[in-house]
Amino acid sequence: MSKPRVLVLRAAGTNCERETAWTFEQAGAQSQTLHVNELLRDPQRLREFQLLAIPGGFSYGDDLGSGVVFANQLRTKLRPEIERFIEDGKLALGICNGFQVLLRAGLLTGRDVFDDPPRATLAFNLIGRYNDLWVDLRIVSEKTPFVSGRKIVSFPVAHAEGRFTAPPEVLDELEADNQIVFQYVDTSGRPTQQYPFNPNGADRAIAGICSKSGQVLGLMPHPERNVRHFHHPDWKRLPRREWGDGFELFQNAVSRAGQLVS
Amino acid sequence: MLYKIRLIPKLGADSPESRRVGRTLADAGVHADGIMHIRLFLIEGDFPRELAVRAAAHLLADPVLETAEVLAGTDAEPDSELLFHIMRRTGVMDPVEASLTRALRDFGLSPVAVKSADQYRFAAKPSAQDLSRAAAALGNIVVDEAHAGALTLESLPRGREYQYELRHVPIRSFDDANLLQVNGNHGLALNIEELRAVREHFAALKREPTDVELQTIAQTWSEHCKHKTLAGHVHYREQGPAGEDRVPLDSLFDKGDLPPDGRIDNLLKDTIKKATDDLARPWCLSVFVDNAGVIEFDETDAICFKVETHNHPSAIEPYGGAGTGIGGVIRDILGTGMGARPILNTNVFCFGPWDLPRDSVPKGALHPRKVMRGVVQGVRDYGNRMGIPTPNGSIHFEPRYTGNPLVYAGCVGLIPRDKISKAARPGDHIIVVGGRTGRDGIGGATFSSAELTSKSEIVSSGAVQIGNAVQEQMTQETLLRARELGLYTAVTDCGAGGLSSAVGEMGESIGARVELSRVPLKYSGLSYLEVWLSEAQERMVISVPPHKVAECLALFAAEDVEATDIGVFEPSGRLVLQWHGQTVADLAMAFLHDGMPKVWRHAEWSEPALRPVPKRDNAPAAPGDILRAILASPNVCSKEWVVRMYDHEVQAGSAVKPFTGPGRDGPSDACAVVPRPGANQAVVVSNGLNVLYGDVDPYHMAQANIDEALRNYVATGGDIDHCAILDNFSWGNCNKPDRLGAMVRACYGALHAAKAFGTPFISGKDSLNNEFRTEAGASIAIPHTLLISAIGRAVSIDGLTTSDLKEPANLLFVVGLTRCEFAGSHHELVTGTRGENAVRVDAALALRAYRMLNDCQKLGMIRSAHDCAEGGLAVALAEMCIGGRLGADVQLTQELAATDSDIDDTTLLFAESASRIVLEIRPADEAELIRRFEGLPLVRIGTVAAHHTLCVAGLDGSPLVHEPLDALARAWREPLYRAMGEEVPATVA
Repeated sequence: MSKPRVLVLRAAGTNCERETAWTFEQAGAQSQTLHVNELLRDPQRLREFQLLAIPGGFSYGDDLGSGVVFANQLRTKLRPEIERFIEDGKLALGICNGFQVLLRAGLLTGRDVFDDPPRATLAFNLIGRYNDLWVDLRIVSEKTPFVSGRKIVSFPVAHAEGRFTAPPEVLDELEADNQIVFQYVDTSGRPTQQYPFNPNGADRAIAGICSKSGQVLGLMPHPERNVRHFHHPDWKRLPRREWGDGFELFQNAVSRAGQLVS
Repeated sequence: MLYKIRLIPKLGADSPESRRVGRTLADAGVHADGIMHIRLFLIEGDFPRELAVRAAAHLLADPVLETAEVLAGTDAEPDSELLFHIMRRTGVMDPVEASLTRALRDFGLSPVAVKSADQYRFAAKPSAQDLSRAAAALGNIVVDEAHAGALTLESLPRGREYQYELRHVPIRSFDDANLLQVNGNHGLALNIEELRAVREHFAALKREPTDVELQTIAQTWSEHCKHKTLAGHVHYREQGPAGEDRVPLDSLFDKGDLPPDGRIDNLLKDTIKKATDDLARPWCLSVFVDNAGVIEFDETDAICFKVETHNHPSAIEPYGGAGTGIGGVIRDILGTGMGARPILNTNVFCFGPWDLPRDSVPKGALHPRKVMRGVVQGVRDYGNRMGIPTPNGSIHFEPRYTGNPLVYAGCVGLIPRDKISKAARPGDHIIVVGGRTGRDGIGGATFSSAELTSKSEIVSSGAVQIGNAVQEQMTQETLLRARELGLYTAVTDCGAGGLSSAVGEMGESIGARVELSRVPLKYSGLSYLEVWLSEAQERMVISVPPHKVAECLALFAAEDVEATDIGVFEPSGRLVLQWHGQTVADLAMAFLHDGMPKVWRHAEWSEPALRPVPKRDNAPAAPGDILRAILASPNVCSKEWVVRMYDHEVQAGSAVKPFTGPGRDGPSDACAVVPRPGANQAVVVSNGLNVLYGDVDPYHMAQANIDEALRNYVATGGDIDHCAILDNFSWGNCNKPDRLGAMVRACYGALHAAKAFGTPFISGKDSLNNEFRTEAGASIAIPHTLLISAIGRAVSIDGLTTSDLKEPANLLFVVGLTRCEFAGSHHELVTGTRGENAVRVDAALALRAYRMLNDCQKLGMIRSAHDCAEGGLAVALAEMCIGGRLGADVQLTQELAATDSDIDDTTLLFAESASRIVLEIRPADEAELIRRFEGLPLVRIGTVAAHHTLCVAGLDGSPLVHEPLDALARAWREPLYRAMGEEVPATVA
């Protein structure tokens, strides 16, 4: 079986593409990083890939709000190809700014591939500033092939606009449809609104959600920053492990994407 | 048609941004209850209103949080008397404009011009006083304009067309007085010898210089570009405390290396560079010749490191000044060799006291808290957007920095070992890449070499730059692609002096012809002079062989980065500038680069008469109280409020983070970063800076700072035998002999310590004239400030060491000897008790101990390590306990002290003697540790305890310190959060 192909889509201001692509490679994929301009010139190139990843960063400086300009490109210029991509059963991942992009593009909250307009948003952190810290997350749904097992994992967050918020009926719908995948938890493993365990004040402690199909996953914390043995802040205290908590997410994705390779 | 789009928060005055504004305004004394923040976009274009409405609702507004309202530009809002606006002045960089234009185009609209603004809606009509306070609190007069009431406009303002006129500046027949007048009128910042040399040069040519020729010479000869003081002749003399010709204690003349007549030919070459030359380390690949020093890293890559200062711009506009400081040092790294990839940033700041009463802030200066907030936000927004981690830094507070704060910005890059050398070739095209050119920062190089005055905020506004990090990030990525494709032969950054210094440097040995009218502009109206000197950010210059120009331009175009062919490096030995084909400058490169006369400067050193020591009422006396007071003091306390605003994890290489331990709040001594995905070795970076020791003796201060940088580096697992250091001098006005005398002592201290430690200097920087002239005419010099930054590689990734205590029952040792050294100490600062002796470094002994510690780290024996710095052993132990959430039982012993020193409990706890590191090991490793350290100072002091208390017994065995962890952690963690008016967050352990 040949390796599944991952497209890491970069744009002005994305800055996590190298480590994201590297992690996918370690997990067994063949990854390619393309500038969105190249895809805009020939949108059909998307068909070469089984997995689309939007990396973290500050796409277009987040000048009009986080992810707005990049999301606008996906929504206005690449819509038919992305619809086809999802209808073919392929997977998409957005990390941090990538989550902001996917959410604002409408790829996470809709009944169809695109939700227009998107019914949830990632607002400014309640503490009113950018924050870099490690958080514990509980996997609360296995609807998406990116996760396996309802365990607790540790990833770092680094963002200013990460407070997931939506009207109550939308939150109810996400919950009912098992779309809430990651929640921020406290030391006893319970979802919490308390800073710094919940670093941004997200509604219902939501750190990441998937689409109704489960094929699209977006999360604020950075799994690609807990992959190697020295990544965890307590690595000098804990028993040595070959891989960090984040690696499994990439392995799971590559494994599912592998099934789509003919 | 101009449309005004308002994005109104659905929560109104309760939106988080509105509340934040409310707090900021309340802090500034403005009646702002119920104020609402509204995002405002002004879009001018030839399209119908329906399309503007659609863009507002579907593109610009967040439909969950905001409602959009579209007005014509000439329409006043219904509640316009309540409105207040802050926006960038016309002609000042606003990064939002480019993103907005792109998004509108993607959406199918073609705007002619756009602008963004913040609109504030007061709940009741604001008073004139409220408005003027709000303008100062929400914007900065230097770059922003404020507008009260409705903002009604027909169209957006545009620059006027430039009318070409070549200007000459007559100087040939001028005497000294007239020359000095020209100097002042044109802001040249040259001295009289230099002015005379320029006059003679043009007299010989039988013509007057053009304005752009004169400015090019001034930029090239500026202190900033030529480092003429540090690299100049210095005549050094020593005197007794009252000025009598008596040789002071610790005379430099007794320490070797200084010429017996005190005449130093080239201070930099004879001290800092001499250390490097004498050490001749084979792993130093490029030193003092490029934008940054380069050393070996692993089999494929080298690492390079540069630290810059951006002091004067940050004093005036902290946000923009600090941001562009970061942007500038990143471009230094992009311009090192054929271009390096930035892998980490480091920042060190010096501010006035955060609790300075408002009425004590001198006129023309900003309050230290405002400076700090702006600087930190500037660093945050630029560094984070660049995708470069900021895992290391420090912040210092001292009253003399109030009018002249210091901002050091450092950047480390990774570069393939075969990409280190570069040279433009005759015939190569001169291509400018990146951002467009505007009036930003014109005169920055000469400005940063001049003293700040109470008028600087007004007169220097043109010298402030505004950065656009994403523009730089795009430029970086495309440049590194072009490097891989071999599309250029050399690269350098546009820093101070703009194109003038970039092209001048690259073409120094060839010659260059530039057509200035080709340079792409942000707006029309710039003269040839402004184009040439503009310090607009995010620009690099590359030299491209003629047959690769087309491919190069195409690559940049594909990534939306502008690249423009502006001229040729032609082998004429001349710098020729043209404006639409007319020659506006024609200078010999030889005169430009070698024509500057060298002058003798006078330097004097006398022992400072009586150092002022702070008076303290209710000074703490009990050791535990002193310990908590030092932990809570501004220089020592946790900087978590700042550090968490920086991304220290991006690029996924962070191996030793700024904070460590289960509560994520123990301070790390240095950072360690694995600089490539998949790499199996780490870069370790640390710094050493004490801002009080310089008042005692700059010679010993320099040595103490080097030792601090190295012990931080070693404590974290850096290999002492593969370590290079950087010098960064920020000094007072060195035309004054006492300032320069102190500088000479610091330079020799640095020479002697660097040689003894075997750590070469690979790069450096000096920022002189750091003095603030008050309205009354007094000149306040900053403390002698020498930042030492250390860089190298780890003994191994697994040999990296963190500072948090790991397990109860482990053993604690101290490496190094304690002496009664308290002068400039934090014990002195918090108790007001004068300390007598300066901290002195025994580098030979320290080096042997550091090497042995490295060996033990390689073997995995060291469970934790932490250096003793401000507050001595007591503070080091407290920080290790806080980090590990564990206590310690410690017994002070006579063996900790050097045999030549008086010793008591206070000395053992709080003296700041150099080269000391606390170690934690497992009991099973004790014999091996002692065996290895035989003949070196190593003393067992106690054990790690499961109880949550730091217990220290004195020399006589009686309890001395008994402090619960909780009290220590609170004392250390809370002060900065409280100073910034924020809640102290819970800890996660």
